[in-house]
Amino acid sequence: MAAQVAAASRSGLRSALPLLAPAYLWLTVAIFLPLSAMVFFSLMTELPLSGKPWAFTLENYTAFFSQSLYLTLLLASLRLGLEVTLWCIIVGYPAAYVLAKVLKGRSREAIFLLVILPFWSNGLVRIFSWAMVLREGGILDTALNAVLPFKINIDLMYSYPAVIIGLVHSYVPYMVLTCYLTLQAIDDSLIEAGRSLGASRLQMLKRVIIPLSMPGLVAGAALIFVPVVGSFMEPRILGGRTGTFYGTVIEDQFVAVFNWPLGAALSFILLAVVLVILAVASPVLRRAM
Amino acid sequence: MAGVQVSNVSRSFGAHKALDDVSIDFADGGFYALLGPSGSGKTTLLRQIAGFDFPDSGRIAIGGESVERVPVEKRRIGMVFQNYALFPNMSVADNVAFGLSVRGEPKAVIAAEVQGALDLVQLGKLGGRRPHQLSGGQRQRVALARAIITKPRVLLLDEPLGALDKALRVGMQIELKRIQREIGITTIFVTHDQEEALTMSDRVGILRDGKLVQEGPPEEIYNRPKSEFAATFLGDANIFRGESTGNGIRLPDGTAIFAGSGANLAPGAKAICAVRPERIRIFTDAAAPDTANANVLRGEVSKRIFAGNSSTYFVERGGQMLKVIVQNTGVDKLAEGQEVVLRWSPESTVLMAAS
Ligand SMILES: Nc1ncnc2c1ncn2[C@@H]1O[C@H](COP(=O)(O)OP(=O)(O)OP(=O)(O)O)[C@@H](O)[C@H]1O
Ligand SMILES: [Mg+2]
Repeated sequence: MAAQVAAASRSGLRSALPLLAPAYLWLTVAIFLPLSAMVFFSLMTELPLSGKPWAFTLENYTAFFSQSLYLTLLLASLRLGLEVTLWCIIVGYPAAYVLAKVLKGRSREAIFLLVILPFWSNGLVRIFSWAMVLREGGILDTALNAVLPFKINIDLMYSYPAVIIGLVHSYVPYMVLTCYLTLQAIDDSLIEAGRSLGASRLQMLKRVIIPLSMPGLVAGAALIFVPVVGSFMEPRILGGRTGTFYGTVIEDQFVAVFNWPLGAALSFILLAVVLVILAVASPVLRRAM
Repeated sequence: MAGVQVSNVSRSFGAHKALDDVSIDFADGGFYALLGPSGSGKTTLLRQIAGFDFPDSGRIAIGGESVERVPVEKRRIGMVFQNYALFPNMSVADNVAFGLSVRGEPKAVIAAEVQGALDLVQLGKLGGRRPHQLSGGQRQRVALARAIITKPRVLLLDEPLGALDKALRVGMQIELKRIQREIGITTIFVTHDQEEALTMSDRVGILRDGKLVQEGPPEEIYNRPKSEFAATFLGDANIFRGESTGNGIRLPDGTAIFAGSGANLAPGAKAICAVRPERIRIFTDAAAPDTANANVLRGEVSKRIFAGNSSTYFVERGGQMLKVIVQNTGVDKLAEGQEVVLRWSPESTVLMAAS
């Protein structure tokens, strides 16, 4: 019996191979090769490109612990990731709910398009347009002063909130999409059944809708948290001097200081930390689902 | 417990009238079946009573209290859905407990009530399971237990047995009826299975295109249908078309058919007579026992379908195929092509206006 099952799954695998091959080939070329090159770099004293002599070393990794700056920045980046993820949930989940359960037909398509739009616009353009909005004398400042009777000064540019705003705007579509998919799958009759049993909307949300859309929330959070922790473009452009994060330091190693080995080592430390966080969180999350 | 009064309720979706001036009085503690073809408005009517949707016009009262604008969570109704609609993230016991726990009842009370409700639907031991670990019939019972635990005033069921196979369905019909009697709750049951409607309910309402076609006890509707639609939708009927003679009709070939009951129609008006296939008796020759006051037609057996305890004969007569159902007594085996005489009493014949 067991042998039969094993044989069946083996033959299933064999027939699936032609279908899987392109994906694996692509993964090998696009991820595995550059990644192993990076592992290699992170263990070198010097880039081999310039013809300088080089040797294997662990110094790039120990550098992380020799200066408290790296740890401070890593913690700041983790906090940034957490905050952006939370804001994405706060903004994205209700939007996903409205899209999945309130709107129908044409209006749903239209709003959906608006949500997806940031995906289709160039990242830099998106960030610079936020700069236009947030700076002193910018769109937000002018608009608020035109409406409000008293004079206020809005200059969010080069601040932590500006970084958050920019990142939330870039990443919220992930949350909307993943939550939309799970919310969409919740049968309307479940909500009706709950209401017929006397549950208020808040009770339905807490006991049925949020638990059932947990997989979407978790997937969205993972999709957002990981890249935000390593992000550098938004912090650099919108954060200015306050925008120094772990990601920007890594970027510096690659584009400014040309210390690729240190940059690679720092990214692997980040990867390890993120993996540990996900591993610790996963049993909790699995229970929540 | 409470009765439900639906008075002149209409509901349109765009230009489509899903409910058109429907009035029904659902008696306190009664078992009422809503029957009708697909799209006739059964679910729409149930949703108005539940409060998921609101009528454009008309009144709905539960227990004498007007509820047209009361939302569903305040109406104190229990609803069972065709797809069960159990919460997949909760155990069976938590599903059943839901209505009490959202009210903030103490845990001990809830536990006792849940056990009682699960025992009532004979699922006492399955409280710890998840809905996906249950069979269709078991899920339906959980849905029922969940709906009645809050002691609702009215139980609404939208084709609750539609997804079950025939054997399970019959079992659940008996079960449902037992539970309904036990707690004496006013029950409104949507189905499009006419047999289910006949056997389970003490009143039946037939809907068609959003209108209430006929309403009453199942026997009355079966024996005295008021329209061709009611006659053919609830059970089988042979329909004769002709001109009214006042106490029956005259077929185009001049044959008279006498009706013992039905509408009062002026002679000459277009009319129909309906007779149930099991009311017609079939004989091999005219020498069969004759009573002066009987409808008699001659025909030829064109087909016989054997169905175990009965046989159905299709008899051709003047271009019309008549259906006759005969109990299987073991002797009356008629051959196809045989000349036969059909005879039935006027009391079994209903006269109605042609539609
Ligand atoms: N929300 C809605 N929007 C538009 N039309 C609707 C809506 N709900 C119902 N209808 C229409 O109203 C009519 C009655 O629908 P209803 O669901 O009450 O039928 P039903 O008798 O329950 O049929 P079935 O036996 O197939 O369940 C149908 O023509 C349907 O298309
Ligand atoms: Mg329906």
